[in-house]
Amino acid sequence: MSMRTAWRKTVNVVMLSLTGACALVTVSVLFFILGYLVVHGGASINWDFFTKLPKPVGETGGGMANAIVGSGKLLLVASLIGIPIGTLAGIYLAEFGGRGYSFIVRYTTDLLNGVPSIVIGIFAYSLIVLRTKQFSTLAGGFALGIMMIPISVRTTEEFLRAVPTSLREAAMALGANKWKTISTVVIPAAIQGIITGIMLDIARVAGETAPLLFTAFSNRFWSPGWNQPTASLPVVIYTYAIAPYDDWHRQAWAAGLVLLGLVLVANIGARVILARRAAFLKA
Amino acid sequence: MSSAASATGPAMSSWAPRTLLRRLRNGDEIAHLITLICASSILLVTSMLVYQLWVNSRLPRHEFGWHFFATSVWDPVFEHFGALPFIYGTVVTSFLALLIAVPFGLGAAIFLSELAPRKLSDTFAFAIDLLAAVPSVIYGLLGIFIIVPIMRTVVEPALKKTLGFLPFFQGPAYGVGFLTAGVVLAIMIVPFIISVSREVLLVVPQDQREAAMALGATRWESTWKVVVPYARAGILGSVFLALARALGETMAVTMVIGNDPKISASFLAPGYTIAAVIANEFTEATGDLYLQSLVELGLVLFLLTFVLNGLARILIVATQQRGGPAH
Amino acid sequence: MKKTLALFIVTLLFPLTALVLRAKPAHVAPTRTPVPDTVLINGAGATFPNPMYSKWFDEYRKVHTDVQINYQPIGSGGGIRQIIAGTVDFGASDGPMTDEQVKQFKDARGANILHFPTVLGADVPTYNIASVKGELNFTPKALAGIYLGTIKKWNDPEIAGANKGVALPGDDIVVVHRSDGSGTSYIWTDYLSKVSEDWKNKVGKGTSVNWPVGLGGKGNEGVTGLVKQTPNSIGYVELIYAIQNNIPYGRVRNSAGVFAKANLNGVSTAAAEAAKSMPDDFRVSITDAPGKDAYPISSFTWLLIPDRIADATKKKAITDFLRWMLTDGQKDCEGLSYAKLPKEVVAKEMKAISQIQ
Repeated sequence: MSMRTAWRKTVNVVMLSLTGACALVTVSVLFFILGYLVVHGGASINWDFFTKLPKPVGETGGGMANAIVGSGKLLLVASLIGIPIGTLAGIYLAEFGGRGYSFIVRYTTDLLNGVPSIVIGIFAYSLIVLRTKQFSTLAGGFALGIMMIPISVRTTEEFLRAVPTSLREAAMALGANKWKTISTVVIPAAIQGIITGIMLDIARVAGETAPLLFTAFSNRFWSPGWNQPTASLPVVIYTYAIAPYDDWHRQAWAAGLVLLGLVLVANIGARVILARRAAFLKA
Repeated sequence: MSSAASATGPAMSSWAPRTLLRRLRNGDEIAHLITLICASSILLVTSMLVYQLWVNSRLPRHEFGWHFFATSVWDPVFEHFGALPFIYGTVVTSFLALLIAVPFGLGAAIFLSELAPRKLSDTFAFAIDLLAAVPSVIYGLLGIFIIVPIMRTVVEPALKKTLGFLPFFQGPAYGVGFLTAGVVLAIMIVPFIISVSREVLLVVPQDQREAAMALGATRWESTWKVVVPYARAGILGSVFLALARALGETMAVTMVIGNDPKISASFLAPGYTIAAVIANEFTEATGDLYLQSLVELGLVLFLLTFVLNGLARILIVATQQRGGPAH
Repeated sequence: MKKTLALFIVTLLFPLTALVLRAKPAHVAPTRTPVPDTVLINGAGATFPNPMYSKWFDEYRKVHTDVQINYQPIGSGGGIRQIIAGTVDFGASDGPMTDEQVKQFKDARGANILHFPTVLGADVPTYNIASVKGELNFTPKALAGIYLGTIKKWNDPEIAGANKGVALPGDDIVVVHRSDGSGTSYIWTDYLSKVSEDWKNKVGKGTSVNWPVGLGGKGNEGVTGLVKQTPNSIGYVELIYAIQNNIPYGRVRNSAGVFAKANLNGVSTAAAEAAKSMPDDFRVSITDAPGKDAYPISSFTWLLIPDRIADATKKKAITDFLRWMLTDGQKDCEGLSYAKLPKEVVAKEMKAISQIQ
């Protein structure tokens, strides 16, 4: 074997192992993050964390009950805004749209998807907070809802398009008009995908902090109704993390674990549903 | 059923009122209208967003004009505002993030698409997709408590000792700064590079690889010299996508960058990015010029991500069309 | 043709929505459906008095279960901005509003803004030096030099000269300041402007300034956090933050030449002179005050309250709270190392409450 061949063979082995190392390192980071959160956050999760309100600054104890409920309310408002608009727009693009207009809508949706979340926060502040003269759950939910729309559009369109044309044609052959076909045949066939899309969508905006900083603001107490500032998990994690109090750090880890747990459960759940569906379709 | 006939018929619709009512009673028209309204509302929201950004930044645009992008002073007392330190910080942190993330990401993507058995590749890809779902504030949390101390006590002193003659690695080792922000951003964007690159690499036709090997190339050579260049447009697209994400990243960055609007050659120095300054100063910008200068920064960020996303999309679509079976 | 119909409707949507949105006048007080049981009040502003305020609002809620006051510490700049924008019911700041900001408020909200001092506090220079566990003495020149970036190392003669016998390292000083609009910064820069011509000309005073050097932390919490984690750093924070987090803080030389410690006595002495000649709008600076014991970087901190409050239940809740704050509330101050308001100031404020209509 010549020198050159030996060299090439060595390079081959080295580089390929390096790529393996890269993959290993990247995946290890995920497990490291999870592990660290579980270790540091796990110890601090107790009944108080889920049921009590925060204590005054500097005192230890208390919990994040208001932040957990606040996040829930924000996600509810966001879903009511983002999911209907996104899903229906997705149906439009997949079923009704003409070429030109669909292109514009798709392009704008991608554009909206790429807008940094802090800019959406600015938008929601000038549109809602300044006009209602109030920081509120509605304003925060609106900001998050806008962020939910593009993902919802894309997944709905994708899963609707994946339904085979033969199903549609069969329905029409039986005399159904377009909307009947869509509502009774196409959507049910795609429903699993659409629902997983919604789950992933909610999981994504659940962790957003920046747009909430000047819309939902924050609250040390319960936030009744929809027109008051509200605490939320990501904002409280941020506030506690940059503060010097060790007790707050402990609570921030716990909150981080809860938030990450929710996000991961939604993501893994979505994949499992999709995997089952793919296996079902293959069989 | 006359409704069925009018629905399935071609565009024979006339504008006459008597058929309008019949058409409205037909489920198709309403469905079309409602879904059209929803699709159009996306256009409405996006144009309102751009409009708001434009209108609410009129004061600094008139006051400073293009000088806004050339000034490096950010002085709320004397009301001189310049975007340069923030643009610099955004660019430097993103550049550092790419410098770290692209080799790792591409390497991992190559491993997953070329070498790993399908099952392993799918599992790893799944795990990496989960990484992409981790919220930014949690990366910030890890940044402050794990990465910053490691940078301050281990990495930055080591860099200063070995590469301290370069202007990039001079100055005190604060722990927070451009480099740390770059590292945290790299961890956040690497999943995007991996998942998109893996997809485009998988789509490269098998005969390309086989042809290279038939000519005597090693596995690595066939990958690096044939497969990767074939997919390079898509890989570049993934890089742009990751870059667009890095530019807009707010929370993780503001927690580890040091929040100092200065331009320094050293990566160890504290800095500031557009997204971070907006997050810190927006609720408290007293004075309209101050607030609107922040909005103008938001507009700049928006335009940057807009251009990058557009380029990314073009590149990725180009690769998919190229690598498809019709080629 | 159905496409034309659709497009027609859609194009109408744009101007219609624009009209609807423009139609909301900015000055109308929004009608908020009153929550049957609880009065909800939102305030935002300074982090300087946040430990005190969070305790007060918590205590007040226990005593008056029908009033919930949500206070968010976003920095004094934030308090001023949000009260002008009208998104909160009251603001809080340790830097009094400038004449221009007062005018801005009047133009935007059609009423006057009132300043109500709540407690007295102190900005202390806190540091993190491995070899120094006790108190350092700082001259005004030293503080100005450090923050201007002209004094770069801990063993600089200006610092060493005031601290004979203390082993100061030759390391670079890591300067920490506020990244957000801050009354604590206002107090600090107000003091530096008084004691250093250089500072006054180059940087000036304000809630947000163009800092020559340093890292930025968000809120008093952020600065404390940075100082705690960064070796060889120095930052300025309100006294209670240094105490609650067990980090050392130094003495500062006052106008009488004494290295004064920030404590209740030092701060009260600083306020004593001003208390006697307090202006009607309560806006006064007490940095670099005369007196042998006076701590030179002391300050009042104010609640910013409009003199016209449309909602009657809110007005009553706020005025009741103010009276409680000036009587029962003052008893809690010293436990958190804030000094009580001088009696003359309390009396004057009680009278001023009647200005709120």
